Amino acid sequence: MTCDDVVARLYSGMTLGIGGWGSRRKPMALVRALLRSEITDLTIVSCGGPDVGMLAAAGRVRKLVAAFVTLDSVPLEPHYRAVRENGSLELMEIDEAMFLSGLQAAAHRLPFLPLRTALGSDVMRVNPGLRTVTSPYDDAETFVAMPALRLDAALVHVNRADRQGNGQYLGPDPYFDDLFCAAADAAYLSCERLVDTAELTKEAAPQTLLVRRHTVAGVVEAPNGAHFTSCVPDHDRDEAFQKHYATTPWPEFAARFLSGDEHAYHSAVRAWHEEQP
Amino acid sequence: MTERPAAAAEPETAEGPEAATAPDVATGPTRAEYCVLACAEVWRGAGEILASPMALIPALGARLARRTFSPDLLLTDGEALLVSQDGTTEGWLPYREHLALAAGGRRHVMMGASQLDRFGNQNIACIGHWSRPRRQLLGVRGAPVNTLNHPTSYWVPRHSRRVFVERVDMVCGVGYDHAAGARFHHLARVVSDLGVFDFATPDHSMRLASLHPGVTVAQVREATGFALAVPSDPVPYTREPTGAELKLIREVLDPGGLRGREVAS
Repeated sequence: MTCDDVVARLYSGMTLGIGGWGSRRKPMALVRALLRSEITDLTIVSCGGPDVGMLAAAGRVRKLVAAFVTLDSVPLEPHYRAVRENGSLELMEIDEAMFLSGLQAAAHRLPFLPLRTALGSDVMRVNPGLRTVTSPYDDAETFVAMPALRLDAALVHVNRADRQGNGQYLGPDPYFDDLFCAAADAAYLSCERLVDTAELTKEAAPQTLLVRRHTVAGVVEAPNGAHFTSCVPDHDRDEAFQKHYATTPWPEFAARFLSGDEHAYHSAVRAWHEEQP
Repeated sequence: MTERPAAAAEPETAEGPEAATAPDVATGPTRAEYCVLACAEVWRGAGEILASPMALIPALGARLARRTFSPDLLLTDGEALLVSQDGTTEGWLPYREHLALAAGGRRHVMMGASQLDRFGNQNIACIGHWSRPRRQLLGVRGAPVNTLNHPTSYWVPRHSRRVFVERVDMVCGVGYDHAAGARFHHLARVVSDLGVFDFATPDHSMRLASLHPGVTVAQVREATGFALAVPSDPVPYTREPTGAELKLIREVLDPGGLRGREVAS
């Protein structure tokens, strides 16, 4: 598949999970393809980074489910911040443990999972729909009943994959990418390099095989497809470009870098780098 | 968690002064060095748990504690690896395992705080009304799960009424008046550039535990937006670092003097 083939299967109003974490291993080529489409009114579930920032800046996000949105080296995502401060985004703000449990509940086909968090915090105040559950055992402790975060679709980016959808990460952290896939009705995987199945375990251990093919509906080869986020060991974050993204007005940034296809994006990025002193 | 150090930089107070040059060993401790020491003390006697510092000075404190009086502490590289004091990888702790470790309780985090109130409620999410904040900050992150599962301390590099407020705009980290005696809730200390604070009062309101040398009670009161419990005279001072501790801070842990950017001398 191509990135545009994936986007052709997505639709306005859907609940979309986006893998990676902050400004790390985000499926940015797929996000850029989404930005080229007319799809809007999305509910985004994400450990938010520039994926959330760009989609919000382009007015595609109706609701966000997140514990944070950050660019890591730039702590506050400027476009996310702008939509929060002008009140144009609906937010389900939960903590990081709730986010993980919500995906796990969905992957396990459970309506909720109990966890020891948020009671006494304003997470309960800003999410009046959240319920608690009391242990049926002698301890009788009360927990947050984190509802399943079921997804219509998920987008994730990994280092390697085969054509069947077996996905491999080669960096230090899997993030929640396998859970995003398992929690979604249809998951789409982009990868730095598409390889034969046998090649996946030629040099890397089998436990790097993070995403299993039965959870994946389509695979895209997208070299540098996480740019400008990190995708170690294939490439680090493009800090200079991220800084440019974070300090450039959105219309100007979008006009220069996002008006063409993925190839045009990478050409524009290269040209920008050549201009830098 | 599970805030990663880079993402946990404190935006409201991050604009520090330019880097101070590292003082030579003959000079007395700087304010930043007292802060490193006070942060290190947070992990004294903690045993074999994960120390999770979320900013530079707490990170220097955790590493100082590990090299001196708390050698069993676990430390990460700020991402997914557990590292020993010479940087050798000794374990794997990706994001989701970090959350499992927090739930298991064998962790003491030192988070930042954009706002902190008298009972230790902490806000890092937003300033103003949550539905349309005047200033969007980091988001709630791992603050609720941290405070309800294991010891939590806070680091405030610039003590002011903007941070120490009567009431926080959003409760992210849960304070004593909201915790309802939760089983594993424990706020250990607050360290700021002015002193060390704890909640060792009958109603668990914040108390001045020690002043950094050179700071007065009046200065702390002036910079705090709520009534602070202050012990009767004499108020203790934060202890002096030993020669070995000062040498470790200056020559091993932070030879570039980056600590001077987080706290002015």
